[in-house]
Amino acid sequence: MSIDREQIAHIARLARIQTDPAQSDELARDLSRILELAGEMNRFDTDGVAPMSHPHEAELRLRPDSAEPPDEARRDQFQRIAPAARRGLYLAPKVPKLGE
Amino acid sequence: MTDALHHRSITAHAAALRAGEYSCEELTRHFLARIEKSERLNSLITVTAEGALAQARDADRALRQNGGGAGALAGIPLVHKDLFCTRGVLTSCGSKMLENFISPYDAHIIEKLGAAGAVSLAKSNMDEFAMGASTETSYYGAARNPWDEARVPGGSSGGSAAAVAAGLAAAATASDTGGSIRQPAAFCSLTGIKPSYGRVSRYGMVAFASSLDQGGVIARSAEDAALLLREISGFDARDATSLREEVPDYPNLLNGGGGGGGSPPLSGMTVGLPKEFFGDGVAEDVAAAAQTAAEQLQKLGAKICEVELPNSAAAVPCYYVLAPAEASSNLARFDGIRYGHRAAKYADLNDFYERTRAEGFGAEVKRRLLVGAFVLAAGYYDAYYIKAQKLRRLIAEDFARAFEKCDILAGPTTPQTAFALGEKLGDPVAMYYSDIFTNAVNLAGLPGISIPAGFDRAGLPVGLQLIGRYLDEASLLRAAHQFQLATDWHLRAPENFS
Repeated sequence: MSIDREQIAHIARLARIQTDPAQSDELARDLSRILELAGEMNRFDTDGVAPMSHPHEAELRLRPDSAEPPDEARRDQFQRIAPAARRGLYLAPKVPKLGE
Repeated sequence: MTDALHHRSITAHAAALRAGEYSCEELTRHFLARIEKSERLNSLITVTAEGALAQARDADRALRQNGGGAGALAGIPLVHKDLFCTRGVLTSCGSKMLENFISPYDAHIIEKLGAAGAVSLAKSNMDEFAMGASTETSYYGAARNPWDEARVPGGSSGGSAAAVAAGLAAAATASDTGGSIRQPAAFCSLTGIKPSYGRVSRYGMVAFASSLDQGGVIARSAEDAALLLREISGFDARDATSLREEVPDYPNLLNGGGGGGGSPPLSGMTVGLPKEFFGDGVAEDVAAAAQTAAEQLQKLGAKICEVELPNSAAAVPCYYVLAPAEASSNLARFDGIRYGHRAAKYADLNDFYERTRAEGFGAEVKRRLLVGAFVLAAGYYDAYYIKAQKLRRLIAEDFARAFEKCDILAGPTTPQTAFALGEKLGDPVAMYYSDIFTNAVNLAGLPGISIPAGFDRAGLPVGLQLIGRYLDEASLLRAAHQFQLATDWHLRAPENFS
């Protein structure tokens, strides 16, 4: 299947990646080729086959559902490499203004 | 053939270090000096000389005090693929997104190798987020193949392979999502093992496609690979997919099985040759070398039979739907908020994410994230993602059927030998087909190994891939080791780095 500039804009929004309009055609060409490759899957009959999502096909092991005390030393260590953090909190840009 | 210090096996180093022929510090300095002289290969992103020398001195002390009680890898200098988190050291994943990521912790593999006494020389170059087959998509520039510097070392673990082939380290850690250990090992005439899914903890290994990713090693021989695999395998509660299975003593199983009572070493083993791996599209020299290698296994006592993997042509399309889908979910974590690159200018939160990710990711990563978003989007999910998951089952069942007739499978690791730098960079799909024989193994979660099996007419290495039953790395290592006792391909070194 081929993909057009409008679809590129849509999936780029889903993936949260800004695309350069100047490169949109090249990107559309590359993605179309990749989806053409994916389309080759249709040469194989998969009627009645159950999807396989994982080599183990077992339930994931879960840890006990219990609260653990916060490890502030570890938090501080991780926040030292954060682009912006203060008083144990990560700083993020403002979400759209109130009232919008 | 070379008997140079930097091309010796880990076993040889371990014996020499224990006998006091040279010290860990001397060995480490030797490799560091070679690293300095081999910058043109661009196989390494970060060299940790000071840390390495400190570890080497610790290993010297441990050997003096404990002798045989010191770790199995005491003083053995390694390089680590730059997607394994290393505490206090840049862990870039070959990406601008993580060019400032100094990891606050060690990956499981790094902890285990450190505990065994290994010395960490450097972090190796790789395709960005392990997405590539040539190490050309690295933000840090392409790595080169020591056998021919105008060619790629393969990928995504190309830096690890180039460094070991050039004698810059005794061995290297690497990871394999669709062939990223085996293909570079083949291109650089090395032994690379991708263990069964779940055998080695993925804790601290930056995730690409979580149902396919597996850590492993690239080494000079099956014997070295066995030694390293024993150290890095085993249960780890921090990886929900880590297995509780007991880890076999791989080095001591290399001669196991056949060979008793004077019978040939691989007697009792049946090797299946998938006919799809010897068909059209495989270079003549590559197919011939793989065929000769199979005959060698037969001379060693193995029985050879032909098997079929009828859905193997579906592996590449299936893989290039599932891997991008998983990547698009995994790489959503790179949001510019908790670590890594962050856009300087933005209008609002969405614009912030979009710019951060546009600036931080390279072209191939973006392509895959977009493909992943597409195949998971409403309206396409069933036609692409679910379809691929159904094919995944058919591919896994092909292997299960083949293993009713044989113990291991053998064929070329790659259809061609190392390609020229730039040759496939403009054509993503051509690049994807470079993993045509390796993708299926990850889809099924099986162990695979690539071993040196000769050279083509241009003098470029050819790899033989052996594929095993789930959790049967021991058979792969045994067949590989016996092959290497009877051949000398793995002992050759590239002329400029001998």
